[in-house]
Amino acid sequence: MAAGVAAWLPFARAAAIGWMPVANCPMPLAPADKNKRQDELIVLNVSGRRFQTWRTTLERYPDTLLGSTEKEFFFNEDTKEYFFDRDPEVFRCVLNFYRTGKLHYPRYECISAYDDELAFYGILPEIIGDCCYEEYKDRKRENAERLMDDNDSENNQESMPSLSFRQTMWRAFENPHTSTLALVFYYVTGFFIAVSVITNVVETVPCGTVPGSKELPCGERYSVAFFCLDTACVMIFTVEYLLRLFAAPSRYRFIRSVMSIIDVVAIMPYYIGLVMTNNEDVSGAFVTLRVFRVFRIFKFSRHSQGLRILGYTLKSCASELGFLLFSLTMAIIIFATVMFYAEKGSSASKFTSIPASFWYTIVTMTTLGYGDMVPKTIAGKIFGSICSLSGVLVIALPVPVIVSNFSRIYHQNQRADKRRAQKKARLARIRVAKTGSSNAYLHSKRNGLLNEALELTGTPEEEHMGKTTSLIESQHHHLLHCLEKTTGLSYLVDDPLLSVRTSTIKNHEFIDEQMFEQNCMESSMQNYPSTRSPSLSSHAGLTTTCCSRRSKKTTHLPNSNLPATRLRSMQELSTIHIQGSEQPSLTTSRSSLNLKADDGLRPNCKTSQITTAIISIPTPPALTPEGESRPPPASPGPNTNIPSIASNVVKVSAL
Amino acid sequence: TWAVTGEFLMSKRRDIEDELEMTMVCHRPEGLEQLEAQTNFTKRELQVLYRGFKNECPSGVVNEDTFKQIYAQFFPHGDASTYAHYLFNAFDTTQTGSVKFEDFVTALSILLRGTVHEKLRWTFNLYDINKDGYINKEEMMDIVKAIYDMMGKYTYPVLKEDTPRQHVDVFFQKMDKNKDGIVTLDEFLESCQEDDNIMRSLQLFQNVM
Repeated sequence: MAAGVAAWLPFARAAAIGWMPVANCPMPLAPADKNKRQDELIVLNVSGRRFQTWRTTLERYPDTLLGSTEKEFFFNEDTKEYFFDRDPEVFRCVLNFYRTGKLHYPRYECISAYDDELAFYGILPEIIGDCCYEEYKDRKRENAERLMDDNDSENNQESMPSLSFRQTMWRAFENPHTSTLALVFYYVTGFFIAVSVITNVVETVPCGTVPGSKELPCGERYSVAFFCLDTACVMIFTVEYLLRLFAAPSRYRFIRSVMSIIDVVAIMPYYIGLVMTNNEDVSGAFVTLRVFRVFRIFKFSRHSQGLRILGYTLKSCASELGFLLFSLTMAIIIFATVMFYAEKGSSASKFTSIPASFWYTIVTMTTLGYGDMVPKTIAGKIFGSICSLSGVLVIALPVPVIVSNFSRIYHQNQRADKRRAQKKARLARIRVAKTGSSNAYLHSKRNGLLNEALELTGTPEEEHMGKTTSLIESQHHHLLHCLEKTTGLSYLVDDPLLSVRTSTIKNHEFIDEQMFEQNCMESSMQNYPSTRSPSLSSHAGLTTTCCSRRSKKTTHLPNSNLPATRLRSMQELSTIHIQGSEQPSLTTSRSSLNLKADDGLRPNCKTSQITTAIISIPTPPALTPEGESRPPPASPGPNTNIPSIASNVVKVSAL
Repeated sequence: TWAVTGEFLMSKRRDIEDELEMTMVCHRPEGLEQLEAQTNFTKRELQVLYRGFKNECPSGVVNEDTFKQIYAQFFPHGDASTYAHYLFNAFDTTQTGSVKFEDFVTALSILLRGTVHEKLRWTFNLYDINKDGYINKEEMMDIVKAIYDMMGKYTYPVLKEDTPRQHVDVFFQKMDKNKDGIVTLDEFLESCQEDDNIMRSLQLFQNVM
């Protein structure tokens, strides 16, 4: 519950009086304010700086260090103050959190120091307010990346004998700095890529004449030499590709990756060329294929971080570029059409068709102005000038705007995505906390009813189990309990699996006890496997859940809300009371007790079921059949759900 | 488009400035002694109440939205806004649209320290949505639905469609003595005083402060 709102709890509880005439069943008892003391100022001495605040301010958050009894460990008897040997600057933020309910993150503070302090005071960073949350998360991410980098470099220096040969190879390929062999391989491949690219370029240069024929490009003059070079390069690339393929942890993913596609495209033409030499029909296609050899230059992107970033940037601003292209296309089509029809009349016009005019439009709009196509008519010249002016506007102006837009939108998108992802995580945590709080409510409900039951029978058998909830929490839970009573419904922890279970169990009323115990065992085991003391408590858990189910059916009638049967119900309640207390103090098994109670009321079951269709009836708490001589408490408890019962029983049944 | 965005931003800034101006309106309550005389609280209790009040509403008045927000925090699972609306109207006796500290404390004084008569009268006033002195079935239906809304979706057993209506019928059966379809203040007082449960639950919050 939020901070300042705790101060309004008296108001909310007072307003609950508005429900009272509407409610049909009696309200639970209010938690007793046993240690009611006047609000006092307490002094918190943090490394010499004294802070003072009201005690109730700190108690707003009972699950933090300052709000719980944990701070008593820091109490200094001599000076009657709480001394913390921590940073007073961060403590300011922490204390403001108690005061205002909002946790802020100061920008000047180091993120890890801040995290440490929060961890010390038991405060979750997730509750940092919206104003500071983004900053906090950004800094945290940077810090995490820094840590990861540190770890990586550390790992790289260590020797990892446990890696298989395949894994070492992959690491060598991905990060050339791991070993000298990898570095050598890296430089060798880089060299051969360069050689291959230069070869491709040089082989088209005219290399002087051979007597008896025209000037030849170098590639045809020294074809053998170039062929050998090409073969060598392709062999190296093939070997490299195959090695990468072998070493890749996920071959399928590797094959689909961009770099491997580039590799394949780079070496394919050579093999295809080998396969179909001297075939006249496809030699044209073969020549085209050689163009693809230039893709080898993209292999450099493995070696250059900058190239990779550029590629990624282009990919991410594709939509902006696409829009620019689209608007350009529109303008080109419009002007080409206009120019074509304007120049249609003139003789020997180069504007033979609209597509032919495209060339003119593009050249004019990009202010190239080759001059190979020029309008001759007056209208054509007018429109031509309009075209070139608008070309300046259409191209020159938006480009810087788009570039800056792109960078802004790109960052904004990133921030929006970030915020969305953060929001999801935050909501998930808040939901967990909420269900935690409703679980806390349900727990304390059981505890409260157990206490009531204890007080009724006056048998303080076991010590007061259960968490010591703060007064504010217990009052809040009491308020929620009153609401449940008013409406006749009860809160359910929103676990879909749970609702299914309760509904199925509800339908099977008179099932076998064993099967029922098994059901209970399954569900309780599945939900709370951890903190259980063996045998007795688990058994108790089983029978309790079973009994709760059973007694839910059976004790419908006593708690009936119908006014006509009210008197009868009171009588029935007292009957059960008597019945319960008359049970022998020892029983062979708890289930037998349930059977007895069951039998006594079974004939009423059916009728009670019918009558309770109108208003849902709260059922007695899970603890009803627990104690041998404990009757159901006078104020019927709401229906329960299994895991809470189970977990609560664990605490209680230290009998 | 630049002109349009510019215009939009300017209007937004104006809105924000307007809002700032509105929140600058401050209200200070009457003196502590006067309030002590008018209500059943001691000075210390008033101090604690005011501190909490001022913390949540620094301007000194609660408007309906803040009221709803505060009340909703106590009922995280359901929708408490409707009931908070009716509560607000019950607190805002002068129908000004805002609850000052005096109104707040007066109502609390009745609820926590008042006589049974006063409490029941206050509750009657709460139920009487249009403040005409009578509770009819529609008003009660609204109130009961608002209360059920506070429980939220995840309840056991699941809330059925006609449960509120039946609840209201039960209420009218109990309260409406002459079966004329409306409950007057006298009928309400009489019926409530006959019902032990209600009497007991009215005393439930005695020790809240």
